[in-house]
Amino acid sequence: MSTENTTAQVVKKEKEPLFSAKRRKLITDPLNDNNPVTVQVLGICSALAITVQVKPSLFMFGGVLFVVTLGNVIVSLIRNLIPSRVRIIAQLVIVAALVIIVDLILKAYAYDMSKQLSVFVGLIITNCIVMGRLEAFAMGNKWWPSLLDGIGNALGYGLILVLVATAREIFGSGTFLGYQVIPQALYDVGYVNNGLMILPPMALIVVGIIIWIQRARNTKLIEAN
Amino acid sequence: MELVNIFVKSIFVENMIFAYFLGMCSYLAVSKKVKTALGLGMAVIFVLGLTVPINYILENYLLKEGALTWLSPDFKSVDLSFLSFLMFIAVVAAFVQLVEMAVEKFSPSLYASLGIFLPLIAVNCSILGGALFMQQRDYPSLAHATVFGLGSGIGWMMAIVFIAAIREKIRYSHIPAPLRGLGIAFILTGLMGIAFMSFMGIKL
Repeated sequence: MSTENTTAQVVKKEKEPLFSAKRRKLITDPLNDNNPVTVQVLGICSALAITVQVKPSLFMFGGVLFVVTLGNVIVSLIRNLIPSRVRIIAQLVIVAALVIIVDLILKAYAYDMSKQLSVFVGLIITNCIVMGRLEAFAMGNKWWPSLLDGIGNALGYGLILVLVATAREIFGSGTFLGYQVIPQALYDVGYVNNGLMILPPMALIVVGIIIWIQRARNTKLIEAN
Repeated sequence: MELVNIFVKSIFVENMIFAYFLGMCSYLAVSKKVKTALGLGMAVIFVLGLTVPINYILENYLLKEGALTWLSPDFKSVDLSFLSFLMFIAVVAAFVQLVEMAVEKFSPSLYASLGIFLPLIAVNCSILGGALFMQQRDYPSLAHATVFGLGSGIGWMMAIVFIAAIREKIRYSHIPAPLRGLGIAFILTGLMGIAFMSFMGIKL
């Protein structure tokens, strides 16, 4: 996978402004050029399973944002204390503790959503974005850049999630966030919801098409065959 | 009969890849050659087949509400299930370490070709997903859980070997440049998923 090219980002020793151009890039890069889902191929597992509707994907994005940002900060603060042999387990424990917090909060304040997301909340632990960013970025950077990197990657993930979910919800059930967006007049003419969009395999095809569009616009991402 | 039903269902109907997209990361990254795909698939079967029953025992004799009654009836109201994520992931990580050592010892060539992806089985969603599905579906006995774990592993291996075989062939065809590699792999998986949906509703 292409996580190697991100490890090269080393932060300079001298004092930088809090939002220097390079640090802004940490947030904007994952949105397009270095998107965690479509370019780094991380975190696809959950990205696909919960994108039938927009609402669960927003909740999922919130969970991942919380876990990846805080996880990045915590790991980068204690990175010099972790022996490198046990670092995976140490990272997993931190992430698992954060995910338990998310799970309990969801169960307390959004029980329906917690039921709908079912095992996929727990699977944030093994969401490759979280582990990938901890391993590739937080282990080698200070806490402030790690925080920005976490936010940036969660945003990139959320962007793809919401795009896929929007496409699937509008074409699959004619709604957006639960509101009817395709007018009744169209149904009267004979328009029918595309039931295929609700089924799991279409999520893969929608992501495939998003990758197609992105790489057609951004030709330097095209893979050599 | 019920066991056979769970086995077949977890391989075909509720396939980890095609129905739940679990373990997609290593599925997409290691599916360029059939041989490596087969090796990784074997490792996943092994880890899933062992961690699901271990986690089942932990869940039922340690974590569930009232699971500690075998120690003393006083613990009837103890509910440790909020710790299940931590427990499951610890078991998985420890087991993967074991598999890694075994593969390094017995098949160095496979170890070299799997490279980074062997330790990454620890964060392969399908392993933890297996444990979480086991918890959610509340299987009645250890045998059910074991069969479910093995079946899911076999289903995962089948999926990765299939896509690797297709990707070996597709290298010689003309694909639009932006779709090359990742894009076409996604679309292929989607089409395979649609094909696998024809198994839906099979009752044994």
